[in-house]
Amino acid sequence: MRVRARARVRRTLVTTVAAVATAALLLAGCAQDPDEGPDQGSPSTGTSGGGAQTTLTVGVFGAFGLQEAGLYDAYMAQNPGIRIEQTSIERNENYYPQLLTHLGTGSGLADVQAVEVNNIAEITATQADKLVDLAKAPGVDKAAYLPWKWAQGTAPAAKGGATVGLGTDIGPQGICYRKDLFEAAGLPTDRTAVGALWAGDWNKYLETGRTYEAKAGEGKSFVDSASGVMAAVTGSSAQRFYDDQGKVVYKTNPAVRGAFDLAASFATDGLSAKLQQFTPAWDQGFSNGSFATVSCPAWMLGYIQDKAGPAGKDKWDVAQAPKPSNWGGSFLVVPKAGKHAEEAAKLAAWLTAPAQQAKLFEKRGSFPSASAAYKLPTVSGAQHAYFGGAPIGEIFAKAAEGVPVAAVGPKDLVIAQNLADIGMLQVDQKGRSPQEGWEAAVKAIDNALDQ
Amino acid sequence: MTDETALLSPSAVGPERPAAEGGGRSRPGQAWRSRRYRWDLRWSPYAFVAPFFLFFAAFGLFPLLYTGWAALHQVELTDPDSMTWVGLRNFTRLWDDEFFWNALRNTVTIGLLSTVPQLAIALGLAHLLNYRLRGSAFFRVAVLTPYATSVAAATLVFVLLFGRDYGMVNWALSAVGFEAVDWQNGTFASQLAVSTIVIWRWTGYNALIYLAAMQAVPGELYESAALDGASRFQQFLHVTVPSLRPTIFFTCVVSTIGATQLFGEPLLFNGGAGATGGSDHQFQTLGLYLYEQGWVNLHLGRASAIAWAMFLILLLIAGAARLLRGRKDSR
Repeated sequence: MRVRARARVRRTLVTTVAAVATAALLLAGCAQDPDEGPDQGSPSTGTSGGGAQTTLTVGVFGAFGLQEAGLYDAYMAQNPGIRIEQTSIERNENYYPQLLTHLGTGSGLADVQAVEVNNIAEITATQADKLVDLAKAPGVDKAAYLPWKWAQGTAPAAKGGATVGLGTDIGPQGICYRKDLFEAAGLPTDRTAVGALWAGDWNKYLETGRTYEAKAGEGKSFVDSASGVMAAVTGSSAQRFYDDQGKVVYKTNPAVRGAFDLAASFATDGLSAKLQQFTPAWDQGFSNGSFATVSCPAWMLGYIQDKAGPAGKDKWDVAQAPKPSNWGGSFLVVPKAGKHAEEAAKLAAWLTAPAQQAKLFEKRGSFPSASAAYKLPTVSGAQHAYFGGAPIGEIFAKAAEGVPVAAVGPKDLVIAQNLADIGMLQVDQKGRSPQEGWEAAVKAIDNALDQ
Repeated sequence: MTDETALLSPSAVGPERPAAEGGGRSRPGQAWRSRRYRWDLRWSPYAFVAPFFLFFAAFGLFPLLYTGWAALHQVELTDPDSMTWVGLRNFTRLWDDEFFWNALRNTVTIGLLSTVPQLAIALGLAHLLNYRLRGSAFFRVAVLTPYATSVAAATLVFVLLFGRDYGMVNWALSAVGFEAVDWQNGTFASQLAVSTIVIWRWTGYNALIYLAAMQAVPGELYESAALDGASRFQQFLHVTVPSLRPTIFFTCVVSTIGATQLFGEPLLFNGGAGATGGSDHQFQTLGLYLYEQGWVNLHLGRASAIAWAMFLILLLIAGAARLLRGRKDSR
């Protein structure tokens, strides 16, 4: 027994040393920056060496569409020395905090990173010094962009005023509506006539809703949700949650409170299907036709088509919204910490140039943020077969050009989210009074903004 | 516990002093070998456990301490390098933070709503599985399948089941004449719905733990109980449950920790809105509030303080449980 134990001990000593060494190696391996892998040989000189390539990485969230539209392949075909790899994280809630931590540590970053419009103000206000000024990148033409989109990607003057984000797409809004439900309620169904019902004034949209509701059947509400209306109305105002000096003014801004109260009227008047957007119940609402209208940014048309399915074909159409308004869109930024910042800036400029944005619209339905693209036939002549052949290029371009230049602040997302998911939802789904909903939202926002 | 650790400590399992070698003609090689042998016995156990503790230090202890450090500062995720010392302010403000208390209250109620039925059902289920059954292996595997399902998948299905307009639960309720319930918006209703997901996922897991413990109960106890005329239920109550007391305590501890950290189910139950836990924060747990502060509002210092508050609450519960158990044992 003792002999066997002794032999075992000698063997274990060897294995122990091996185990500890392995553990140490593993720990060291974890500490190593993945970017500094052995295959990265000589930095950025790759193109000059015969056959060697520069690999550019693009970090995006969700199905961003650049790859799907074939833009990377086209770029690689034009630039044989460049290889593009994309990493994607499904949800922006997970993608954005990670981007911030990577920017903070200067590691783990992709050469080009996507940023959602709700986060862009925070990026320009707090991270501009870590990002490349893309206004000076080759091939970038400020005049090609919508002025308000260009302004959103530009840091405040106090922070150097660099344009660190180039716009990819935007979300100009129309009103998507069900022709069959409109007809049943005795309303016009032609998209020009429908647009004329509420042209120029969100209150007329509410009035139309009241007319509709008087004749509509049970379970056929006028709008999907009150918060959808609120998002559309706030998106059409020139001042929203921040003033030009970067001060939070949502509490006192009559435009915000007005939008809140107007949207709340949809709930209190029983015009809302009381759904929360982007939930399974909302999706079911599309397929069951439980509401007649929804404020739809250009990117939402594909979503509606998916959810309403073949049964909804030729029932949906899209009309001009009461006022031009924007919801959503994205930017590309280039971190200075990247190994190929110069090449990456070139790539970002190319990806967001009007011709490429037009292609992204053609293939994926993301509406161009470069107004120069609106004259291209793929945009100006675009029609959506599912929406009764609606001239979506024309409708959304008109909306895009009318969107006011609004100051966006770093906490836009948090404010908008709490107004919708706390304040408006309490009114819409819990039956609280608009005043109670507003106060609850303000309390939650105060808590969120307080550092 | 204490006598066990004494047994395991390296000095106790170390060799008896090799007196024989000292007594005989000592050769230098032999002395070295015996010394190496002693070191080996003394230190190699530490080397064996070292990998775990190295990893624990890197991914457990360091984050824990760093979080504690961050909790004493004002730090934003937008600029994690600049920390402003604020002392205990992040903790004192929790005292006045109604959202924190609300989250704590929700965590406790959801914890009770899920843990108590879950353990009770698991005990009953284990008792049934302990019978001689045809195809018992199948049932034992089947009882564990909910645990093997991912939180996300399970929760998304439950969200559909608990839907207000087209959900199956409401459909079933209306079929038997009840009114449809707004599972997402009602305070109690939403907490019950979230608890259901937890119960569904963890009952089988606990049942298997109980089953394993039940099979270790000596059969003679049942035999003598049967001789005394105890029914199956009386046997369960007076033999099984007392024999299982340490196991039940263990599952209570594990479930309490799990309930305190409840996160995935309420997060995904809230469809599109993320970490708010409902429009009225009606099912926002401490885990969700921590996430909201840290990763939505980007206040790392405040989030760290919540994390430490949760840790302290768990310590408090553990201490209370120990006191309770100590009193019971001394009786």
